[in-house]
Amino acid sequence: MDTRFTRGKSTILERALTRPKTEVSLSTFALLFSEMVQYCQSRVYSVSELQTRLSEMGQSVGASMLDVLVLREKNGKRETKVLNMLLFIKVNVWRSLFGKEADKLEQANDDDKTYYIIEKDPLINTYISVPKENSSLNCAAFTAGIVEAILTHSGFPAKVTAHWHKGTTLMIKFNEAVIVRDKALDGR
Amino acid sequence: MSRQSNRTTDSKKMNSELFTLTYGALVTQLCKDYENDEEVNKQLDKMGYNIGVRLIEDFLARSSVGRCQDFRETADVIAKVAFKMYLGVTPSVTNWSPAGDEFSLILENNPLADFVELPDNHSTLVYSNLLCGALRGALEMVQMAVDVKFAQDTLRGDGVTEIRMKFIKRIEENLPAGDE
Repeated sequence: MDTRFTRGKSTILERALTRPKTEVSLSTFALLFSEMVQYCQSRVYSVSELQTRLSEMGQSVGASMLDVLVLREKNGKRETKVLNMLLFIKVNVWRSLFGKEADKLEQANDDDKTYYIIEKDPLINTYISVPKENSSLNCAAFTAGIVEAILTHSGFPAKVTAHWHKGTTLMIKFNEAVIVRDKALDGR
Repeated sequence: MSRQSNRTTDSKKMNSELFTLTYGALVTQLCKDYENDEEVNKQLDKMGYNIGVRLIEDFLARSSVGRCQDFRETADVIAKVAFKMYLGVTPSVTNWSPAGDEFSLILENNPLADFVELPDNHSTLVYSNLLCGALRGALEMVQMAVDVKFAQDTLRGDGVTEIRMKFIKRIEENLPAGDE
């Protein structure tokens, strides 16, 4: 067995899950994120590859945050319905991570699998200006990754992508099965 | 330290957990992309350097700290103003060398390494090496060449996290040829 599980020197497991809020400067984060984007860019050939990489990093953040957020915000209670799950993200997740609720949550008119979380000025993009030649790049792909991981690990597998629309729109496309299940639950 | 105004408090804050996990995601990615820990350390140092070079400007603008008289004052400003402003922690300054050109920053909490455990196969990874690069980059922009490295790290089982900083030399301004 890996010795880190047995040597018992780590105090991580004994720390309280709820703890006083600590803060760092937004400048620190912005510069770190900028280095991340530059690093990713140096290893890819296209905007979509770059967004995929950012999204993957976001997913690792989302996966780490999910359990502790559910515990702190909901006393450990998991959501089972699509709409409640989306509200949990719009309200609780956003407030913990970005200090405010997301601006809007909408459902696509013509598709019951698709939802949008709309943020006029996402924190992640505060200091980012997109070059003209890559105008489709939206670094909120990182946030999309966070949301995708939170949904997927909560039992709502989905694909989340970031787009420039009314500011930044995160487009959430649920797997067919999620919607079928949700409708079946409604019927009961 | 003397000419500090209250503009320090102006800078916007954000949740440190998101910052910590984002940094974690970056280090994880680097570990996947590079063959060995030394390469990752080097890359982290380079990124830190780029951050430091840009951060110093933000720092001077917000803190209104003037030119430091000596290295001791520099140490104090780094610990009490800069760390506080950017990472929300205040390390203590200790272990001065007799010549006064080398000191240690002792970090009780390292926001970069919160929630982190190093697996056995990364025993030579200097997880928070970004900090060293950032300090080096920032000081270089105010004409100070320094050597920065981790002397101890709680992630590797040491009692405290200690960053050792050594003053190397004052960088002379070399004006480009043709300039007055």
